[in-house]
Amino acid sequence: MTRRIDHELIEGLVPEGATVLDLACGEGDLLDKLITRKHVHGSGVEIDQSAVEKCVARGLSVFHGDLDAGLADFSDQSHDIVILSLSLQQLRRPRMIVREMVRVGRLAIVSFPNFAHWIPRAYLALRGRMPMSRDLPYQWWDTPNIHLCTITDFRSLCRAEGLCIEHTFYLASLDKDPPARLAVPNLTARIAVFAVSRC
Amino acid sequence: MSGKRPTTRKEIGDVAMGFDDDAGSAGIVRTRHVTFDRPGQELPLEGGGVLAPFTLAYETYGSLNERRDNAILVTHALSGNAHVAGRHDVADKRPGWWDMLIGPGKGLDTDRYFVICANVIGGCGGSTGPSSVDPATGRPFGTDFPMITIKDMVNAQVRLLDHLGVDKLLAAVGGSMGGMQVLELAVSHPDRTHLCVPMATAARQPTMAIAFNEVGRQAIMADPDWQGGHYYGGRSPAKGLSVARMVGHITYLSDEAMEEKFGRRLQDIHDYTFTFSADFEVESYLRYQGLSFTNRFDANTYLYITRALDYFDLTRRHGTLVKAFEAVKARFLVMGFSSDWLHPPYQLKEIVSALRATQKHVSYYEVESHFGHDAFLLEREKMEGIIAAFLSSGSKSYHR
Repeated sequence: MTRRIDHELIEGLVPEGATVLDLACGEGDLLDKLITRKHVHGSGVEIDQSAVEKCVARGLSVFHGDLDAGLADFSDQSHDIVILSLSLQQLRRPRMIVREMVRVGRLAIVSFPNFAHWIPRAYLALRGRMPMSRDLPYQWWDTPNIHLCTITDFRSLCRAEGLCIEHTFYLASLDKDPPARLAVPNLTARIAVFAVSRC
Repeated sequence: MSGKRPTTRKEIGDVAMGFDDDAGSAGIVRTRHVTFDRPGQELPLEGGGVLAPFTLAYETYGSLNERRDNAILVTHALSGNAHVAGRHDVADKRPGWWDMLIGPGKGLDTDRYFVICANVIGGCGGSTGPSSVDPATGRPFGTDFPMITIKDMVNAQVRLLDHLGVDKLLAAVGGSMGGMQVLELAVSHPDRTHLCVPMATAARQPTMAIAFNEVGRQAIMADPDWQGGHYYGGRSPAKGLSVARMVGHITYLSDEAMEEKFGRRLQDIHDYTFTFSADFEVESYLRYQGLSFTNRFDANTYLYITRALDYFDLTRRHGTLVKAFEAVKARFLVMGFSSDWLHPPYQLKEIVSALRATQKHVSYYEVESHFGHDAFLLEREKMEGIIAAFLSSGSKSYHR
């Protein structure tokens, strides 16, 4: 299995035995790792029927639901950690979901592709077309990524929402170790991981 | 505490060999009966009094393995019975009521699992109910039959599990009233099942469902042939029961399903008759459903079982649903159906939220369907995979 640095970094933020909710958990890869390695009490939310079935088949607890409808079925501060891994940009109401994450969990971990990375920047500047890349492999007319943002954008959302940024990780790659510190992350990071909480 | 324990596979399995040419079918099955009539086997009832002796009609499919850890109890809905899969003889036109899910290679795979289904007490499918003979009088109980509840139905089925030598089920699976029995089993007998799959149901009967049931009961009791419930040996209140079934049937469908299935189409005529005959297909369908129901169902059973449904409320005994679920040990897969307006998905999500609040292992799955409440009896392809996955992963974590 290919290495997932973003998953490893998220794992590092999760305390042993924590209560974890993984939003848009897909087939439950991250959840499964957290349960095996961190013995968390974990469950997921997923909209796709066949992905839900896969989660159930591997014995995970999963809620078949649409994040665009919010997290009404989850009570305030019922989880230690709520994760949204690489799916923020696919939601209709990203601001609402971030708000919901810090309502339901004490710590919200959000990762997303950084649209201000130099590749999409150059793509748009030089080719004059909507950027396509490994992280954004879709044509503009069929992309599920409807709310792309940059690291600077996400910081400003945190400010507007009164959220404290507890940790940040900037990755130049998903499967290779990140350099100790990326210079000018908003230009050089492909993926950003933010851990935020209500101040 | 029960009758003779079956000890060999042959004694338990009900599938007769040699008739199974229908691929995926549970084959030819027969309904068995067990009577609990020994001292200590009385069934104390939630509403007071005891039922003794009592008989349960049941069917089984597949065989119980040596570790006795592959048993699945299927609990039936209002109009169901023990005949959940297979056929009673080769000429049978219709298989059991959930045949789509139960059989070799199906969601409830009878090559792997030992499936049990029993008619509830109060029923009219062979278990003791209002049409049974009251040993005290030698005549049918009628409305002298004691009031029974979902909990009583479950307690009776637990006796059957004892009889079959099943200490702990792998799973309890059921929709609608069957789902209520699954919830009740998990709450009152937390050590008797490892997995629970309640679907199209609620932790307490919703107001609207009580309202519809009351219309059904009034229709039966308004039929002059009902005679206070002591109609056995005479004419049965078929008109009243048929109207009750028609009302019930509407609640099992959906606006969309009815538009699609019938629209405003006329039945075998080109124009309105300008009379009160069944001009519309939907009227003709409901009349047929109502009438055919009276051939197989007892009006008093309809009264008793709808009452049991209406009384069902897990919060009543425990204060809140969260408190009710505190003792639960089972892992849950809760299933809702998008167009079900009798038990809309929010009622299933309430169950999920309360289970989650007590740190239970619970998954929720919503089947997209326009068939309304009946979807749980129809949407095989959308249900089979998730149920099979849950049972299969659950059998790995089974423990006594």
